[in-house]
Amino acid sequence: MMLTMEGVHAHYGHIHALHGIDVEVQVGEIVTLIGANGAGKSTLMMSLFGRPQASAGRIVFDGEDITHLSTHDIARRGIALVPEGRRIFPRMTVLENLQIGAAQADPANYEADIARVYSMFPILQERLSQRAGTLSGGEQQMLAIGRALMSRPKLLLLDEPSLGLAPIYIRRIFQIVRELNQDHGMTILLVEQNANQALKVAHRAYVLQHGEITLSGTGAELLASPEVRAAYLEGGGHA
Amino acid sequence: MAYALQQLINGLTLGSMYGLIAIGYTMVYGIIGMINFAHGDIFMVSAFIAVTAFTLLAAADVSSIPLALTFVLIVSIFFTSAYGWAVERIAYRPLRGSTRLAPLISAIGMSIFLQNTVQLTQGARVKPIPPVIEGGFEVWSTPDFTVQVGWSQLLIIVITVIMMFAFTWLITQTPFGRQQRSCEQDRTMASLLGINVDRTISFTFMLGASLAAVAGVMVTVYYGVIDFYIGFLAGIKAFTAAVLGGIGSLPGAMLGGLLIGLIESFWSAYLWAEYKDVATFAILCLVLMLRPSGLLGRPEVEKV
Repeated sequence: MMLTMEGVHAHYGHIHALHGIDVEVQVGEIVTLIGANGAGKSTLMMSLFGRPQASAGRIVFDGEDITHLSTHDIARRGIALVPEGRRIFPRMTVLENLQIGAAQADPANYEADIARVYSMFPILQERLSQRAGTLSGGEQQMLAIGRALMSRPKLLLLDEPSLGLAPIYIRRIFQIVRELNQDHGMTILLVEQNANQALKVAHRAYVLQHGEITLSGTGAELLASPEVRAAYLEGGGHA
Repeated sequence: MAYALQQLINGLTLGSMYGLIAIGYTMVYGIIGMINFAHGDIFMVSAFIAVTAFTLLAAADVSSIPLALTFVLIVSIFFTSAYGWAVERIAYRPLRGSTRLAPLISAIGMSIFLQNTVQLTQGARVKPIPPVIEGGFEVWSTPDFTVQVGWSQLLIIVITVIMMFAFTWLITQTPFGRQQRSCEQDRTMASLLGINVDRTISFTFMLGASLAAVAGVMVTVYYGVIDFYIGFLAGIKAFTAAVLGGIGSLPGAMLGGLLIGLIESFWSAYLWAEYKDVATFAILCLVLMLRPSGLLGRPEVEKV
């Protein structure tokens, strides 16, 4: 098992954001988490990094209890996040953004890892010395993914990677998710509002509603489920 | 003309010291968004450490000036950065995540604490040291004025230039510099990438204190006297320099330091020497009113 969340509760200030979350991600899987705005998807992702720290329950990553570790120690265990809104470092160059992603990785892997990023995202190689803040939204998303890959993570978390992107980039993002999983054996936890695409690419999926997991199953099962269709696939996404 | 050249040299010397101190203000502001008002007193402490080190050397009969200077610089940088580290650890880190005002008040408290500690332990009277570097050379002689450069002035300018190049290299080219800048731009994201943000902040304080220590040694060598109160004025002037250059901008701090040094010495030479501090603070007011982002700073709101 790559990741297990057992009965995780989390609070954001006075808001009780997660109510006893049970989520499992197995090695080599793509697991997706769908849910409406404000359901707690990003909070769930961030709670894996102890921001906010789980107030009850347990998070086990790769056989180790990481519930109470500090954020940077959790990241160093091999979890990388492509956060919502990308959060690239705008006043650093593209190359520096990639280098900072590798800051905690074994320097011996650097050449191989950066070559992998270049082959997946040739556009980044063309823009190495450009300030990251000047890239387009889609390019910034590529950079955020590339930066996360530079640490050679065991588990890759993607938070709304298709949000606000042009359709051509959205397609590319889902292609990349598939490619990373199939060709590089990457285990992926994907949070998406674009439920249709996400369920198609995922092995398994969870539905999050008001901080609770209300449904789970394989991607195909949830795609066929009437509740999911009504709430997330047929124009009811903001219910 | 000759007289103006002399003022230029004096101004650059003074500006070098302001610039070195200003970097500490600007770096700390860049990474945690607070003005470290104890930084001027860190500079003052470094000057006392330098005096102590010089006294020890004199007692040990060391007569080689390059050897003595190197020793004093190393000792002063070492102990001053320890002070910088401790101030952050004790007075600012526990307040992280509270209101913006809390660490600011804590900084003022720290500043008073450092001044009083030095006053109590070292005495309130000025501390002189025997001249370390004497003499100089004539650059240009006209019938009514002779332009002179002191060896100590030359040394100050040269060491400042070296420090600034080394420091720029550290921040722009090394892995530590990248981590430092990433924390400056987005601390949460930096920690999500495995960077120990608290440690990076500690290093930033130590680095700022180290540069202040270099300035402290220079002040000791240049003026030969120090007291427990020198940190206040030097600190506020360096702060003005950092604001003038654009708070948060490293080249801005260096440029601002030089400009403040030059303005001060030209003002003293051609206008009223007794009002030179007024000139500096008038500039602070003008910058804050007319161009709050400073000469090289970027405006607060950034399009991302």
